[in-house]
Amino acid sequence: MPPGSSQRKEQSAGLVRLLGVTKMYTQPDHYDIRVLDDIHFEIHPGEFIALLGPSGSGKSTLLRIITGLSHPSYGTVLYRGQPVVGPNPHAAMVFQSFALYPWLSVQQNVELGLVAQGVAPDIRQKRAIELIDLIGLNGYEDAFPKELSGGMRQRVGFARALAVDPELLCMDEPFSALDFLTAENLRSELLDLWLESRIPTRAILMVTHGIEEAVYMADRIVILSKNPARIVADLPNLLPFPRNRKSAEFVQMVDQVYKIVTGWDEQKDTTPVNDEPFKATSDEGGRQLKPIPYGHISMLSGLLELVADRGGQDDLYRLGAELFLEVDDLLPVTETAELFQLAEVREGDLILTELGHSFVEQDVNDRKSIVRQQLKDVPMLRMITRVLRTKANHAMNKEFFTDILEEHFSVDEAERQLTTAINWGRFADLFHYDTDTEQLYLDEDQTEDPLPVASNES
Amino acid sequence: MNDARERPGVGMADVLVGASILALISVVIAWATHAHPYTAESGHISLVWWHLPLDAVYSWLRMLAAYVISLIFTLVYAYLAAFNSRAEKILIPLLDMLQSIPVLSFLPVVLLAFVALFPGSRIGVNLASIVLIFTGQVWNMVFAVYHGFITVPRDLRESALSLNLSPWQRFRSLELPYAMVGLVWNSMMSWAGGWFFLMAAEMFSLGNHAYQLQGLGSYLQTAANQGRWGAELAGLITLVLVIVLMDQLIWRPLLAWADKFKMEMVEGADRPRSTVLRILRRSLILDWLGRIVWTPLTEWSDRLFSATLPRIRTHATVASTVGLIRWLIVAFVVVVIVTALQGAYRLISQLTSGEVEIVALATMATLGRVVAALLISVVWTVPVGVFIGLNRKWAARLTPVSQIAASVPATALFPGLVALLIHLRGGLNVASVVLMVLGTQWYILFNVIAGASAIPEDLREATRMFRLTRSKTWTVLILPAIAPFLITGIITAAGGAWNASIVAEYVSFHSHVYTAFGVGAIIARSSQNHGFSVLLLATGTLAVTVVAINRLVWRRLYNKAADRYSVS
Repeated sequence: MPPGSSQRKEQSAGLVRLLGVTKMYTQPDHYDIRVLDDIHFEIHPGEFIALLGPSGSGKSTLLRIITGLSHPSYGTVLYRGQPVVGPNPHAAMVFQSFALYPWLSVQQNVELGLVAQGVAPDIRQKRAIELIDLIGLNGYEDAFPKELSGGMRQRVGFARALAVDPELLCMDEPFSALDFLTAENLRSELLDLWLESRIPTRAILMVTHGIEEAVYMADRIVILSKNPARIVADLPNLLPFPRNRKSAEFVQMVDQVYKIVTGWDEQKDTTPVNDEPFKATSDEGGRQLKPIPYGHISMLSGLLELVADRGGQDDLYRLGAELFLEVDDLLPVTETAELFQLAEVREGDLILTELGHSFVEQDVNDRKSIVRQQLKDVPMLRMITRVLRTKANHAMNKEFFTDILEEHFSVDEAERQLTTAINWGRFADLFHYDTDTEQLYLDEDQTEDPLPVASNES
Repeated sequence: MNDARERPGVGMADVLVGASILALISVVIAWATHAHPYTAESGHISLVWWHLPLDAVYSWLRMLAAYVISLIFTLVYAYLAAFNSRAEKILIPLLDMLQSIPVLSFLPVVLLAFVALFPGSRIGVNLASIVLIFTGQVWNMVFAVYHGFITVPRDLRESALSLNLSPWQRFRSLELPYAMVGLVWNSMMSWAGGWFFLMAAEMFSLGNHAYQLQGLGSYLQTAANQGRWGAELAGLITLVLVIVLMDQLIWRPLLAWADKFKMEMVEGADRPRSTVLRILRRSLILDWLGRIVWTPLTEWSDRLFSATLPRIRTHATVASTVGLIRWLIVAFVVVVIVTALQGAYRLISQLTSGEVEIVALATMATLGRVVAALLISVVWTVPVGVFIGLNRKWAARLTPVSQIAASVPATALFPGLVALLIHLRGGLNVASVVLMVLGTQWYILFNVIAGASAIPEDLREATRMFRLTRSKTWTVLILPAIAPFLITGIITAAGGAWNASIVAEYVSFHSHVYTAFGVGAIIARSSQNHGFSVLLLATGTLAVTVVAINRLVWRRLYNKAADRYSVS
């Protein structure tokens, strides 16, 4: 390394520095959706960082900004003190979907980064073979990706990224497309390579939604919130290697992270008003629509029944592990349960409420009426039913609602929100939806507001 | 990255220059192969049988030249449309318009231009013929490649970027391979389309000049005109032979080779195979070529188009040059458009209201014929296609046969059919519908077969379990399942039928010209008689009608069907 750059390194210490990185997506109607909000953090040489957050929190976007694949709307990314413009040649990326080129052999895939650097054919061939050996794929040089198993494909993905001797290795959920055993195997192998310094990589940044995975591998865990993403916690993970998942310290660490991941939402819910960095909400007053979680009713019922069988309270982390659900899949369901006041999350535990207990005991029609009652307090559903009731023919095109939602959410998010709302509304018999005409409508018994019906306890 | 700085702005400009050089080479080849021995003027097409192989070679070379130009045009046009958002806004609607203008309307303009460029020589006529074939071949290729370019998966694109591949390297190792399957399939279709217009593209008259080019198309046409059925049959057999040879030696190996570019991550059960390709692959020739030619070539091209590029775009001098070029292009386009509009206005102002009325009526007549042709095609292809598609055994036996049957250009059969059909009641007015069916039924048949064979086995078993009656099975399962495929087939067939109307409504045979009342006949006649104002009107009407029907009927229907009935 030239002396100048090492001096600079000492000055700024960090390999990568993020200064107030903010990312907005401009909607067609010029409404800006803020995905990342004022992110500051630093990656030091020698660190293995796990970036943890719920899906849709923008953690992948953040990773792409760090590697230079995407640009921040505001703020800067510095790499060794230099602003990053365009793809960073010192960083390499490993993808969740492997992103291998199906028409290139394993060897050609691994060589690709070296081809880009203009390395002579015989040198890059040697280098690629070394890496294929290192990653345990010798003998498969001439195979095509479609002939390999998932785990072997991701090995090629690692070899390709490592072939260019990256200082910063970025991984976007590298193990989540693999089955459990393969992922475990690959994790420990990568960890060995890293801990024994057999790869020249100076720092690793891994995006993941697996809390256990983060605690198992990383020595620093950065937790992001959602809508927009901010850093809610930045924890050192000092557990000694090799880490044992069964050890008390490990379980305690996982629990701690779980609490933070499941708890930030609670904080935000209780203090929605003093959120001053938000865009000026004052002029919109109470018209801000709150997003609803994408909880499936059938999953909700199943989860509540399970918890009821266990005495109405269970540890979320254990539930997730038993059901083979990542926190990402579990959270929307628990959030839905909380929204419907059927359960609450406290200290990483899911606790059924009284209403939750009666929900579990009753048959499907009573469940429907409970949900119907609860949906009255959800602003989005209230808005939809109000529109349908006040309209003379009690029918409205779906686009009307999509347009409204797009003022609050991104286009994709608006679509997902409305789909969930329609699912809930259909389940609760609040309104009907005709897929062919793309219309929401009420039939006769839905048109009047059944307000007088009191809380549903029988 | 220093070398990158030395060569700023390498990219599209170089590709364009390279493309023009290649185009120039192909022009020279065309000239060299056509200029000398056979300079026969009109009426001197010899019908002796031993001329047939040579005729076939001439036709094939002409098609090859047209195809090479199409390929270069396709890559440049699709690349610009896919990766330059400003260009995309113009290029894609333009493409939509261009492809719905019938090929043969181009003929007089193209011919006049090239004959004027090379006065007194046959190069101009040859070039005109090549350009005609090109206009028939190129559009579907452009659409397929453009579609491939814009649908490159995001993670593959990002991995290319994060590995710092240069735009050229991205093109050769990601974008082109990704579009390859579509390109090969559409190349096959384009060649089939080229054969379809072979006769029209080799023999044409403009005013009182008749132009003939030595080739299979002229041979067939002349044999038909003179009523020499023996020669006609020999010509047809030669044509089928050429098509079958190309299928075995070029398309099958290419398809088998292109199979590796499919994005699937599991090995498909029945992937295309080709004995020829297997022999080639085992023969070490490919290996040797790869080492001696391909690898050095890619190395060289990588260096030529230089490494890491995107940053250089912002360089001031480059930016200003790019800006200047952009303005020059805009100015050029404006001048062309203004001139064209002026010319169009002059032509249109010569029209009488009677002519306008006739063209409108004729368009309706042709529309009626197109609809009738589609109906007839649907009525016979749906049952047959479903039968073939649902029976694996029959599919294996019938598919090659139907492919060869489909590849015989209907135009080559026209003269013989006209001889038979012209005595029908209604003459060519009715016979032209049959001719259109002949040209377009295959698109529907193949799509129906594809749709029927894509019906999942479990759905068929379910209908058997419920003991649905035959008619119920059709309405509940088969028709909905093939609907998206059927509509795709009908869209393609409708385009083909409109285009075929020009050859089907105006047939010259036994030195007698038979015409039907329709816009195709008007286009054919006015292009031969220098009736440019009528030609412009008729072509415009035809193009607008086709585009309007596509937009208003087919696309909606397709979206509906794809949305509702897709089995996945």
